[in-house]
Amino acid sequence: MTGPAGARDPGLQPERTRLAWRRTTLACTVAAVLAARTTLHGGPTALGVVACALCFLAWLGFLAVAHRRIRALAQVTPAPLTPRHAVAAAACALVLAAFAAAVIY
Amino acid sequence: MIEFVRNLRLWFAPQAIREEGRTPDYRFSLANERTFLAWLRTALALIGGGFAVDQFLPDLRWGWRVGLALALLAAGVLCSLRAVNHWVRCERAMRRGEDLPVSRFPALLSVTIAVVAIAMVVVVLVGWEG
Repeated sequence: MTGPAGARDPGLQPERTRLAWRRTTLACTVAAVLAARTTLHGGPTALGVVACALCFLAWLGFLAVAHRRIRALAQVTPAPLTPRHAVAAAACALVLAAFAAAVIY
Repeated sequence: MIEFVRNLRLWFAPQAIREEGRTPDYRFSLANERTFLAWLRTALALIGGGFAVDQFLPDLRWGWRVGLALALLAAGVLCSLRAVNHWVRCERAMRRGEDLPVSRFPALLSVTIAVVAIAMVVVVLVGWEG
């Protein structure tokens, strides 16, 4: 298993992790699109537009976290995920859920 | 619950985790990260499901529609919080060389989703329209 420095990991662990981030970004996109649809359902009211913009910001935040992590994974021996990144990624999901609850109510 | 609050401090303190034990093989850390992402996807899917119930079942009575949507959203919130917590606990256990933490959360989540699904089937079939 231990190759020379710079050798490719035969289990393709960084690649699998990178694809997992991509899948999660895709899931986040679907949730954000549904959120935007919900906020603008009753016509473009001021509150709806603000909520839609905030959903978009949450999606952008997730995109930024995923992008930074994917770049970090490109190294030969990637550093483990930091709790700050993990919390930031989860926070984007929480923001979407919070807006959903607010808008549905 | 007290354990959860203690872990909460670890969420925002990367150096606190790094001080403990030895750094595991990076492949194990990456596997843990993928598990975290899988749970996060589950949370996002639940949140998306909450939106979908609200949007695509418009004929439902208001109480049922909002109740089902909020149940799914609450499950999504719990799932994403638990994703971070479980990731922190696994990371710490690997550094300390302990067994990975066990959890009854997957079973509880499965039962909750089953109940919500049955409720939806009943609501859609019986057609409690507003």
